[in-house]
Amino acid sequence: MRLLLLLGRFILSFIEEAGAVVLLIFRVVKRFPKIFGNLHNLFVQMERIGVGSIPLVLVTSLFVGAVTAVQAAYQFHGYVPLQYLGAVIAKTVTLELGPVLTALVVGGRVSAAMAAELGTMKVTEQMDAMEMIAIDPVEYLVLPRIIATVIMLPALTVFSDLLAILGGMIVAKISIGVSFHVFGEGLKLLFRYQDAVGGLMKTFFFGFIIALMGCYYGFTTKGGAEGVGLSTMRAVVSSCLLILVFNYLLATIIFQIIFAPK
Amino acid sequence: MSSSKTVNDQPVIRLLNIWKAFEGQQVLTGLNLDIYKGETVVVIGRSGCGKSVLLRHIAGLMKPDKGEIYFEDEDITKFNRKKLFKMRMHFGMLFQGSALFDSMTVGENVALALKKHTEFDMEKITRIVLEKLDIVGLADVTGKYPSELSGGMKKRVALARAVVMNPDVILYDEPTTGLDPVMAGVINRLILSLQKELDITSIIVTHDIKSAYRVGDRIAMLHEGKIIYEGTPEQVGNTDNPLVRGFIEGHLEIDKGIGTSI
Repeated sequence: MRLLLLLGRFILSFIEEAGAVVLLIFRVVKRFPKIFGNLHNLFVQMERIGVGSIPLVLVTSLFVGAVTAVQAAYQFHGYVPLQYLGAVIAKTVTLELGPVLTALVVGGRVSAAMAAELGTMKVTEQMDAMEMIAIDPVEYLVLPRIIATVIMLPALTVFSDLLAILGGMIVAKISIGVSFHVFGEGLKLLFRYQDAVGGLMKTFFFGFIIALMGCYYGFTTKGGAEGVGLSTMRAVVSSCLLILVFNYLLATIIFQIIFAPK
Repeated sequence: MSSSKTVNDQPVIRLLNIWKAFEGQQVLTGLNLDIYKGETVVVIGRSGCGKSVLLRHIAGLMKPDKGEIYFEDEDITKFNRKKLFKMRMHFGMLFQGSALFDSMTVGENVALALKKHTEFDMEKITRIVLEKLDIVGLADVTGKYPSELSGGMKKRVALARAVVMNPDVILYDEPTTGLDPVMAGVINRLILSLQKELDITSIIVTHDIKSAYRVGDRIAMLHEGKIIYEGTPEQVGNTDNPLVRGFIEGHLEIDKGIGTSI
């Protein structure tokens, strides 16, 4: 009985929260044209989210590419000729590893920062102060953050794809003994532009999820320092989980419907 | 400083039978209060009795569960966001923790409303900002960030921000709480001078009874969700209402449940 009650409460609060997120989406979409009056803020956010994430993406991507090369070579051993190494690395990186890992690391960094910043503004009444000078916090704070992330995450992913392939190439050359030329030939052999485009398409959605979760949990922060901590954690956890779930859904839509192999 | 109201004066703000509960706890229980043009009303009451909640209702930051709030004959509880924002152009609010935007300098804090809501050029905006900061004696800190200021300075900057659009009504949430007696005196003097120079209607909630005597044309006591007493400072000083006496003199008669001795 008690369990049922808890389950019921959980479901109700889940529905309530989902509804609140959808409402926030509506508010953001409705205010979309207002971004042109707020370009300064947009550029500040783009710089913070995009340029600020470059070192993180750089290290992540190089090592992801490197480990992919090592693991692929290990699995190929005795079955697949190593000339296909480039093809496999390029495919796994552009289809999955580049978009998803970039979204996860950038998502952790960005959604946490947003939730903590907006959450602090909320609990110190800065949001109310903004309301009192007749400035809409959704328009002024949320909109630039969401648009900036939606623009910058795909850009970071292109960067990440290239770096990961580079990382794979270097490791292939140094520790596996596959020359750049062979690696490159393999890469060209099986490469379809749809792989890279499909992978990038996903990142627009991931960017939206990251900023939406960061802002939503920032806005709903209650209490003091503890509340801010809680919101930050929730923003990171929910953006990571949603990225993984949506990755599956989007991969199904993109690679089984839009770019379905003929 | 006597109130200029006459029998025929219409209240500029009128709260009628306001009820508000939070998570089952009833905070306001049928509160009524009229505020006339140009007067300073101080609402006193114990911490946590709902004074700030009352102020947030007047500002339209909260909606009552039941009841009506009139500002210049329009019921603001029925306002949509656009109308609320329009109404707030007539309002300034000083928050308890100052609520300065900590990502902006002092000058930017004060200038924000002007940049958003007027067509003034930067030169004129800078002039107005300096003028308002000069009123609070802080024209020399425009380039500093809020984190570099003391509590009293933050309050004064917040006051400059609250009056930058020349509001008709200023709402003060605990303006002197947490300040040393000298700084509290400075804030009180500022409230009085704004009053005299700009003919502003002020609503102040505080538990600082000294400040209430000093700046109030009228003092109202909030207890258990209702205004239980209204009068001029002299009337309050001479009343034999046990709850008001208890509050002023610091007895616990006000809290029959706890008893009268500690």
